[in-house]
Amino acid sequence: MSRRARLAIFAPALVGFAALLVWGVAGLPHFGHYRGPYGHVVNRIVIPERHVSNAVNATTYDIRGFDTMGEEFILFAAVTGVVLLLRGSGRTRAEKDDVVRSDVVRAAGAVAPAVVVLVGLWVAAFGFVTPGGGFQGGVAVAGGAAVLFVTLGYRAWSRLGNESILDPLEGLGAGGYVVVGVAALASGLPFLTNIFGFGVAGTLRSGGSAELLNWAAAIEVAAANLILMTEFVEQYLVRGRS
Amino acid sequence: MSYAPYAVAAWICVVGLYGIVTSRNLIHLGVCLTVTQSSTYVLLLAVGYVHNGGPPIFTGVPPGTRAVDPVVQALTLTDIVVSVTVLALILALALDVHRHAGTIDPDEIAELHG
Repeated sequence: MSRRARLAIFAPALVGFAALLVWGVAGLPHFGHYRGPYGHVVNRIVIPERHVSNAVNATTYDIRGFDTMGEEFILFAAVTGVVLLLRGSGRTRAEKDDVVRSDVVRAAGAVAPAVVVLVGLWVAAFGFVTPGGGFQGGVAVAGGAAVLFVTLGYRAWSRLGNESILDPLEGLGAGGYVVVGVAALASGLPFLTNIFGFGVAGTLRSGGSAELLNWAAAIEVAAANLILMTEFVEQYLVRGRS
Repeated sequence: MSYAPYAVAAWICVVGLYGIVTSRNLIHLGVCLTVTQSSTYVLLLAVGYVHNGGPPIFTGVPPGTRAVDPVVQALTLTDIVVSVTVLALILALALDVHRHAGTIDPDEIAELHG
């Protein structure tokens, strides 16, 4: 189909869509005049009932913890799909010359990954106290490992970025989340009930079970991102797969 | 101006759709889909904004401080994660298409099979 024909079909659809959008937005409350009750309720109860001072993470890992489990498995399924598409049989190791020769870059590579990973762990650990959490921290940890590839090359990266390390880690993240939920069932409570006590608000010991779910998400997200990076890096570097 | 954030969300959505419709490259198409999805972040956060509200994080502030809706922020987080995984899948599919068809232009792929 030509570009002009596609636009000719798109234009009337766009007019209808625009009408729908205007109609929908006209029914929304004015910006800043929040009407729903849930936000206010969550903000009021997180400290007295959950001992968690970050209401966003209290929503993600406690109040809406079951949904987050589904989300973790969306991530898991998507990564599995990418691996199935890209991870071929009879693979050879990287053959392209990607040796990093600059001393300055290599020196940065010795320091930067540790710093970025440390920041990621900090973001994940303090998720119930300050802005952050497992998803954000996990992405930062994966970013730190990606710096390893950029600064030291494929050989250094492949010691960490290979399936024998990352696949079990991803399984641990996704499975660990379910295990925390099943642990509550085993003690006779509903799935994902907090069984470790709520701890003290504003400290690292706040959240109870939700803190474990937070770490499960951090491991899952970090491992999933690293698996994706590994697969795409190997597509670029491994020859004979045209 | 009280509808401006909603207008921004609608604009981002339509710009992304236009990119998808006119795309000549599957990778460009995937990025355009991500742009379209980004409009939902703006919409969700705009819906949850409370006039003069602070962040929904109550470390070092008195209880009962006015804050924005944390539920839509948690939903936005979910949204971003899903967006990234979808983009990863699309890129993997684009690689696969290139391997089999030798091109990632949707029009040329259609010609090959048409």
